[in-house]
Amino acid sequence: MLELNHIYKTYNPGSVNEMCLYEDFNLKVPDGQFVAVVGSNGSGKTSLLKLICGSMEPDKGEIILTQRNHSTGKEETVNLVGVSEHVRHKTIGRVYQNPALGTCPSMTILENMAIADNKGKIFGLGRCVSKKREEYYKELLKTIGLGLEDKIHIPVGYLSGGQRQCLALLLSTMTPIDFLILDEHTAALDPKTADIVMEMTDKIVHEKKVTTLMVTHNLRYAVEYGDRILMMHEGKAILDKADEEKKTISTEEIMHIFNQISVECGN
Amino acid sequence: MAFVISFIEQGLIYGIMALGMYITYKILDFPDMTVDGCFPMGVALSVVMIRQGVFPCATLPICFLCGAAVGMITGIINVYGKVRDLLAGIIMMTGLYSVNLMIAGQANLPMYDYFNIFDNNLLNGIFPESMRGYQRLIVLIVITLVVKWILDLYMKTKSGYMLRAVGDNDLLVTSMGVDKGKVRIIGLAIANGLVCLSGCIFAQQQGYFEISMGTGTAVIGLASVIIGTNLKKHCKFINVTTMVIIGAIIYRACVALALKFGMQPALMKLISASILLVILLATRDRKKAS
Repeated sequence: MLELNHIYKTYNPGSVNEMCLYEDFNLKVPDGQFVAVVGSNGSGKTSLLKLICGSMEPDKGEIILTQRNHSTGKEETVNLVGVSEHVRHKTIGRVYQNPALGTCPSMTILENMAIADNKGKIFGLGRCVSKKREEYYKELLKTIGLGLEDKIHIPVGYLSGGQRQCLALLLSTMTPIDFLILDEHTAALDPKTADIVMEMTDKIVHEKKVTTLMVTHNLRYAVEYGDRILMMHEGKAILDKADEEKKTISTEEIMHIFNQISVECGN
Repeated sequence: MAFVISFIEQGLIYGIMALGMYITYKILDFPDMTVDGCFPMGVALSVVMIRQGVFPCATLPICFLCGAAVGMITGIINVYGKVRDLLAGIIMMTGLYSVNLMIAGQANLPMYDYFNIFDNNLLNGIFPESMRGYQRLIVLIVITLVVKWILDLYMKTKSGYMLRAVGDNDLLVTSMGVDKGKVRIIGLAIANGLVCLSGCIFAQQQGYFEISMGTGTAVIGLASVIIGTNLKKHCKFINVTTMVIIGAIIYRACVALALKFGMQPALMKLISASILLVILLATRDRKKAS
């Protein structure tokens, strides 16, 4: 369970460009829920992800993550505020909008997978790739169905954007994680490839039952996929429908609300 | 023959330094000027320790560790002090000039009549009189190969992979739950450790310390790395670390030839800089490809 309690955040405080983004913002995401976050530019979607990942700290408030300790199996509650970014990422998987950001371009697919497999091991002096693990990586790549298992020794930079994004998604979910963050991960892809990546995302999220927060500008994806839809506007959740309620919403309805907001904002 | 042996020897010594610069320049994409101070530090430490009667082989790991400490300080200034990479290196390089003077106690310090890693009772017993001319070369080949082998092994470890990843895409390293700053510090420590080790061996080959020895070390290292990595593009089957060492030998050969064909030794640094410029222009390797 992830809880954002009474979050306050102001950009450029004390300057002429001061902008209050969140004022007493609250959000609860139960375990295993797949949340699609939509909203116009500047509504606070990406900032929400940044708050959770640690690239930005709130001025006030707490971010509570209840996570299962993967070695002891017990549940632990942690306040993420003040915890450094890389420490949070030990149990958070993240896929970026730009496919180039989720992988190392000059390293091979095998090497990228080995890095993801050894998540968090900075001082490890054991061999990173073993024959046994290589077979396991090939099996994992087969599940994507893009034929990458035959290109395992090719640098990732030679792959297409869609292939790289699928690989990035696979890398971020290879080890047990509590939370998956998808930051407009289909935005830079062509419609067909975006559909493939989205299908894969849905499959992985449901297979692994991982709590997911997906920011997207594609309203169809937000309606079709996921268990909950959250529409942000000026740092507030103006629409929040989950499970059965969400199923009654159509893309047209969401589009209508979205257009209304845009007119109000003058966009 | 003595001419060829001489530049191969120097190439092997600078090859170890070039391996360090390969880590900073190619892997971490960090223009590290610390090497200009770290290399003579190895020389100074080596000369002082040998004069004090320290066992010659022990000077090698000691110099590596001292260099690693210097590299760590550069890394800490850059990562935690948020000082730009080039500036952090320049600060360290300038500071090390005085540190080196303090270590040596004077600007020139000879050690011609002392046993060293190339000339000691053990080696003199192993090598027959007829092989004496090749003794230094053989020892250097062994040391360089061992250093290269250890570096290759490290690069295949989990920590080595993180080092390569941080230069390639540091955002991914953070996503993998690793502090990218610490990885950079580790990389700089290893790189400067190798540079200092190279200085230590250089001192024992040359037999003296001189304060201005370090000037232009970065240029020699960069030229070797660029020659090596460009050769690697044409020869897929040889390891990049081997290529960097070969690059250093080729570079020394160029300098040796320039001197042999009448260039004055006073123009040495100008020759070094010119060779680097020619290599850069020939390979257009001025910007790292994205």
